[in-house]
Amino acid sequence: MSKIIVEDLNFYYGDVQALKDVNMTIEPNEITALIGPSGCGKSTFLRAFNRMNDFIKNTSVDGSIIYDGMNIVDKDIDVVELRMKVGMVFQKPNPLPKSIFENVIYGPKRHGLKKKHLQKELVESSLKQAALWEEVKEDLNKSGFELSGGQQQRLCIARCLSMKPDILLFDEPTSALDPISTMKIEDLLVQLKEHYTIIIVTHSMHQAARISDKTAFFLNGEVIEMGETGEIFSNAKDNRTERYISGKFG
Amino acid sequence: MKDYHDQLHNYNTKPKVMLNRLFYIILLVMTMFSVFVLAILLYTIIRDSWGWFNWDFITSMPSRKAENAGIYSALLGSIWTIGLTALFSIPLGVGTALYLEEYSDKANHINRFIQLNISNLAGIPSIVYGMLGLAVFVRFLAFQRSILSGALTLTLLILPVIIVSSQEAIKSVPTNLKEASYAVGMTKWQTITGVVLPFSIPGILTGSILGVSRAMGEAAPLILVGAAGYINFAPKSVFDAYTTLPIQIFNWTSRPQAEFQKIAAAGILLLLIFLLTSNAIAIVIRNKYQNRID
Ligand SMILES: Nc1ncnc2c1ncn2[C@@H]1O[C@H](COP(=O)(O)OP(=O)(O)O)[C@@H](O)[C@H]1O
Ligand SMILES: [Mg+2]
Repeated sequence: MSKIIVEDLNFYYGDVQALKDVNMTIEPNEITALIGPSGCGKSTFLRAFNRMNDFIKNTSVDGSIIYDGMNIVDKDIDVVELRMKVGMVFQKPNPLPKSIFENVIYGPKRHGLKKKHLQKELVESSLKQAALWEEVKEDLNKSGFELSGGQQQRLCIARCLSMKPDILLFDEPTSALDPISTMKIEDLLVQLKEHYTIIIVTHSMHQAARISDKTAFFLNGEVIEMGETGEIFSNAKDNRTERYISGKFG
Repeated sequence: MKDYHDQLHNYNTKPKVMLNRLFYIILLVMTMFSVFVLAILLYTIIRDSWGWFNWDFITSMPSRKAENAGIYSALLGSIWTIGLTALFSIPLGVGTALYLEEYSDKANHINRFIQLNISNLAGIPSIVYGMLGLAVFVRFLAFQRSILSGALTLTLLILPVIIVSSQEAIKSVPTNLKEASYAVGMTKWQTITGVVLPFSIPGILTGSILGVSRAMGEAAPLILVGAAGYINFAPKSVFDAYTTLPIQIFNWTSRPQAEFQKIAAAGILLLLIFLLTSNAIAIVIRNKYQNRID
């Protein structure tokens, strides 16, 4: 059964339409990559899944995103509960001005996990899952800012994982990182899909080709083509997809 | 293109370097000027108060006889009024700033009007606040000429400074940090207590220090709301009559006897110490938070 079903999703910033009749299904335990030139609506689409677009004034949306039996586009749903299940990692690593430990436990602690030993367990398991534990286990009280860019990004992933989410959203998570850190995060994503459903916006087609199961190509707010990643990269049906993938524009 | 590069290579950098040096010297002189003025001020005050500034002076009540006169009641009055002012103005100011930055709709006309007013209120002469305090706190609310009236008046006086500087501090919290918090399912209030306030507290404290320091030095509005010139008892409640350091000092400087000028100098020295100590405490608190962020 599909994890998420998007139907006829339209999104507007004021009068500007950023998403046009987007239809898509997201399968569980897969990595779905969203590719396309910049400004074509990938981030807008991604942020619809955890309602981060709510913070932008003057926007409107119609259509539906069915997840967990609810239409999460609906204004009346509990967004706090939604965001507990749908985690997000951003383009620029954004550790909080707190220690590594406090960064990881930030969400669960404020949702009521006060017992110190449970916190410790959760921090350890989340950091292990984010492949950061070995590098930081000696100095969990160090500020998150003291880590390298790639480590900060894995810290942000750990912060998501500590919430035990169901879905993980990534918005160009490696665009600010060096190649080695990028590789580590790509490996991590492939491991994580065993337990989570992952949607990733990526600036790099190679990244999409390397790690994703499905790829959707966006252009000017529309999904031009979506399918098995191998299929899209070797045998695109639409010639705009092919031209983008072969680096002719974008 | 070639011309441009030739120009670039033949460019004479000497005037620029000289200008740079010149401005460095001008700015240094400006800085030294204010340090110099402060040093002269301190020197004259210490010279004038020499022999008068001692423990007896701090622990004695004022007196008509210069040799017995002390500043105890004014020191306590200042501690009471300033303490109460800080207690009222900081939560109120920070709360207002949070509302304006995090909750209010900035496009809304009423909110913009409020914002404009707050910014302008910061520039109103303090005597006007004294008149307002007299009408509202002393008369209308019938708090009389009490510490409470004085503290409330000072609160109004420094609120705009605290609000505006807290707003600046709150505005400077990076959006991506707030997003990090919202993305793990935090409510707005949880995000404010978890990210916004911890991040902006150094800035908020800086504004609060400035505001409260200003309140410490004010005499004019307090005279209007009835701070007394002569108090020979220690205040016991917020409804007691009181005097404060600046008023006591003003009172002494207006006496004809030369000794009272010495006592006034001693009072000024105490006011400076009071001001610097409370600033130092606030700065220590601020730096503690700052270190947690950097
Ligand atoms: N906050 C915003 N306000 C107005 N328009 C926006 C905003 N964010 C994005 N847009 C517009 O929506 C379109 C899609 O943007 P975005 O989803 O960020 O694209 P992508 O992530 O693919 O680069 C762009 O034309 C962009 O200018
Ligand atoms: Mg984007």
